[in-house]
Amino acid sequence: MKPPAFEYVRPSSLDEAVRLLADPAKESKVLAGGQSLIPLLNFRLAYPRRLVDIKGIAELAYIRRDGDRLRIGATTRTRDIEESDAVAAALPLLTEACHWVGHVQIRNRGTIGGSLAHADPSAELPAVCVLLDAELKVRGSAGTRTASANGFFHGFLSTDLAPDEILEEVAFTIPAAGTRWGFREFAHRRGDFALAGAACTLRLNRDGVVEQAVALVFGATPSPRRSAAAAAMLHGNRVTNEAIREAAQMTRRELASEPAGDSEQAYRQELCEVMLVRALTDAVNEGASRGVAA
Amino acid sequence: MSGLESLAVPVRCTVNGVEQTATVEPRLLLSDFLRHQLGLTGTHVGCEHGVCGACTVMIDGKAVRSCLMLAVEANGTAIVTVEGLAADGQPLTPLQKAFHEEHGLQCGFCTSGILMSLTALIEHQPSPTEDDIVTTLDGHLCRCTGYRNIVRAAQAAVKAEQHRSRPAVATAGR
Ligand SMILES: Cc1cc2nc3c(=O)[nH]c(=O)nc-3n(C[C@H](O)[C@H](O)[C@H](O)COP(=O)(O)OP(=O)(O)OC[C@H]3O[C@@H](n4cnc5c(N)ncnc54)[C@H](O)[C@@H]3O)c2cc1C
Ligand code: FES
Ligand code: FES
Repeated sequence: MKPPAFEYVRPSSLDEAVRLLADPAKESKVLAGGQSLIPLLNFRLAYPRRLVDIKGIAELAYIRRDGDRLRIGATTRTRDIEESDAVAAALPLLTEACHWVGHVQIRNRGTIGGSLAHADPSAELPAVCVLLDAELKVRGSAGTRTASANGFFHGFLSTDLAPDEILEEVAFTIPAAGTRWGFREFAHRRGDFALAGAACTLRLNRDGVVEQAVALVFGATPSPRRSAAAAAMLHGNRVTNEAIREAAQMTRRELASEPAGDSEQAYRQELCEVMLVRALTDAVNEGASRGVAA
Repeated sequence: MSGLESLAVPVRCTVNGVEQTATVEPRLLLSDFLRHQLGLTGTHVGCEHGVCGACTVMIDGKAVRSCLMLAVEANGTAIVTVEGLAADGQPLTPLQKAFHEEHGLQCGFCTSGILMSLTALIEHQPSPTEDDIVTTLDGHLCRCTGYRNIVRAAQAAVKAEQHRSRPAVATAGR
């Protein structure tokens, strides 16, 4: 099908874009890479009166190392993040996650801001942001605010953003040197949205005891979900195969308390457990050699 | 459709090395601009939601879906479609020739999109591994070939290009 009629504007500054979005006379929508929005328009699942294309705003596309922060502008393409040496050096977990976002032809257009604002439950970049508790900079009519990635995602295609707000920047705190990580997902065909996935960061002391653990699963719940039980279980212990299996089982039990649904949901929950076992195992086995360098 | 004139926006881009200017409705997809307005029907349209890859073209050297772009978003860019790989009467590119020789196509519906993605890959990375080729092809659905011959064609083209080292795109004006 073809998109419904709309007006198209391409502001060159963030202020102008926010003003356009706040105009009550026109129902406007931000257009970034278009890799999620244009399919919705083509299928007439969205009827915005006006598209505000933010790709003309030069100050929104950048990757910048700033002390212990890695700052990425909202309109930075997934492919540019995937290929960035600065990202690979500071946050190889993010580089790995980008490999899994759709196909290269999609990553050539799609943006990090668009992925977060769209908030697909299976999307990789929101999962990484929640795992690392990224700080999100948001610009609206009332000015600039920052939001924590934990709490930003409200469920299926739903976020903390108001209609007149633009996600401006994603800032990651670079994990301490020696932090191990894992990222795994499962899809029927490479490049498809994941059925389920898992990611983790682990810090071990010299004796191999966990000092800090964050475990997360995505795809089986409306938003990416950290597992408090897994983190608590791993903390203060050695990461044996037994401990990993137990942490993943606890995570699955947490998921089982979510509104379940159909058999596919149960399958996704089971996949989350399996993916978390693999992600944690990767973190232990390979994590040191590909540690998050500071 | 009255009132649409007021929404019309200008587009200016180069397509296969030729400067194009037009006034279009904002909702016009790039795929339809290429096919209906410019008559470049080598760019195919399968799904219109980014999944099949048939509509893939190169924009500023990168493979992208023309069904997921508005024509107006192509403002200021350089586009290459399958027609731009080898001009009429000119020799085929090594990749096109390899598709012929390795039987990399049957019905041809998916072929133009695949040629554009593989051309972009080889320009970006002159010695792609089999894995690089397969990863590029994961963005393309082919109902006919089973992909083996496509992978073989891409590998043969890489070898041929390394002998010749002639630019993969003949008429892009770069
Ligand atoms: C075939 C296919 C496969 C895909 N597979 C995957 C996959 O495996 N994993 C995955 O994560 N994604 C996948 N995607 C989606 C892709 O990654 C999208 O690019 C991404 O989700 C949206 O980014 P975008 O820049 O294209 O946003 P757009 O499509 O332009 O916008 C998406 C939404 O976000 C809003 N928006 C965009 N930017 C901002 C901003 N800065 N501030 C406020 N609102 C904003 C828009 O208004 C819109 O509602 C796939 C897409 C396709 C077509
Ligand atoms: S028509 Fe564009 S990807 Fe299928
Ligand atoms: S050759 Fe027929 S779809 Fe690929």
